[in-house]
Amino acid sequence: MKENELIPHLFRTEYRKITAVLSKLFGFEHIEMAEDIASDTFLSASEIWGLKGLPENPVAWLYTVAKNKAKNVLKHEHVFNTKIAKQLQQAGAGTDSFEIDLSDQNIHDSQLQMMFAICHSAIPVEAQIGLALRILCGFGINEIADAFLTNKETIGKRLQRAKEKLREENTTIAFPGKAEINKRLETVLKTLYLLFNEGYHSLSHDSTLRKDLCLEAMRLTYLLTENETTNQPPVNALLSLMCFQSSRFEARIDQSGETVLYDDQDTSLWDRELIKKGEYFLNKAAHGDRLSKYHLEAGIAYWHTNKDDTKEKWENILQLYNNLLSLEYSPVAALNRTYVLSKANGKAEAITEAEKLQLDNLHLYHLLLGELYTGIDNHRAIISFEKALTLTNSAADKKIIQKKIGLCRALTNP
Amino acid sequence: MKDFLLVFRSDLSNVPERSPEEMQAITKRWMDWIGSIAAQNKLGDRGNRLFPAGKVLRPDNVVTDGPYTEIKESVGGYSIIKADSLEEAMGLAKGCPILSFGGTVEIREINAM
Repeated sequence: MKENELIPHLFRTEYRKITAVLSKLFGFEHIEMAEDIASDTFLSASEIWGLKGLPENPVAWLYTVAKNKAKNVLKHEHVFNTKIAKQLQQAGAGTDSFEIDLSDQNIHDSQLQMMFAICHSAIPVEAQIGLALRILCGFGINEIADAFLTNKETIGKRLQRAKEKLREENTTIAFPGKAEINKRLETVLKTLYLLFNEGYHSLSHDSTLRKDLCLEAMRLTYLLTENETTNQPPVNALLSLMCFQSSRFEARIDQSGETVLYDDQDTSLWDRELIKKGEYFLNKAAHGDRLSKYHLEAGIAYWHTNKDDTKEKWENILQLYNNLLSLEYSPVAALNRTYVLSKANGKAEAITEAEKLQLDNLHLYHLLLGELYTGIDNHRAIISFEKALTLTNSAADKKIIQKKIGLCRALTNP
Repeated sequence: MKDFLLVFRSDLSNVPERSPEEMQAITKRWMDWIGSIAAQNKLGDRGNRLFPAGKVLRPDNVVTDGPYTEIKESVGGYSIIKADSLEEAMGLAKGCPILSFGGTVEIREINAM
């Protein structure tokens, strides 16, 4: 790797580790100090490596410099007097023997604990995702703004407010107690799930960025499976879901960046390795007595890894959707369930059910109606598709809908 | 939106023998009906089924084996749905599969304490 590629790469992988370890040491209230030291370390690297060439072991170099900078700052900072000094006294050690632990184990633990600190129900979920991207994934403010289709200032303010709120809550960077861990883990999983979806369904046209979001969500979920306390069935189910979904990443976007619908996807582009991993984690998720929504969604995604139109497939997916909706309603799940109903029980029943959904303000609802009426009542299908067209701003969606209208017109005037 | 309790009753003394396939088909009908209510965002709580065996306590320490001595029908399960009115709740209950097996659905608005 060339030097100009190496630093951004290391920033991605090492910034978050240094930040997590230092934040844990300083306490969450001094998280900015940790971020500053980590940023400063990379600034030094680009200056010094530019002049003297690459060190033999760049990562070790970064850790040493980060440690020294941290020690320097600590000596001059109030935080040292109030927090660290006390710990050192308790340990009976002097300032000189003070060590900053950048071992694999401590990096791993600090990142996990940071995940629990950030995924906190006291702050809005988009702020949780933003902080996770910044602190746990080492994303730049610009990249986060791109992912959320907003500007730098908005993201900067959002992250600032979130940190202040977490300070007010006296957030600590530590594992929650045994009694609390399941509830907290639920919040963490929800954030990771949304982070993944942000990448998977984002309107951003930067497909590299979108993929990166998904990969980061998977990496963080994987971290949870590596720890004994957090390696729980819903975590494995979520990771399984992410593997199945991302197996279609290459197939669902064509060369010009347009979305390719499931039915039109080239299955040879599906990533078999990821599908296998998804099956592996789904098996690992299959114990315990709690069926989480991630289990059900992973099950649905599993059946989608086989494109054959079998009765068994659609019946299984329908029952998974019935269970999913009983657990938690969402308009998208309701629409998907109705589509699957048409495959499992026939279009007539699905049309009756669709009319009951009361989701008239969603373009996806009219798209579904159009889909169901196609071949049964093409005139109504066209009306529905046209309604869908008026309700979406996405150019990609419009293109797909227009194509469907064209097909319907061809059916009515052969 | 108000909450309504659905109480499912059927005649347990007269349950025909069913093959596993028939049982599966019946479960599917229940799940499709519950799924339909849930897809309309009108499911409060899927509820549960009840085992047939039970005891009924009566005044003066009288214990009987379930309520079947006087009536043939007994409660087999319950669900909670959300609706604006009793009429709407009845509309949702109409699809309940138990009705096609001679059972009944009682619909009662929940008077929250």
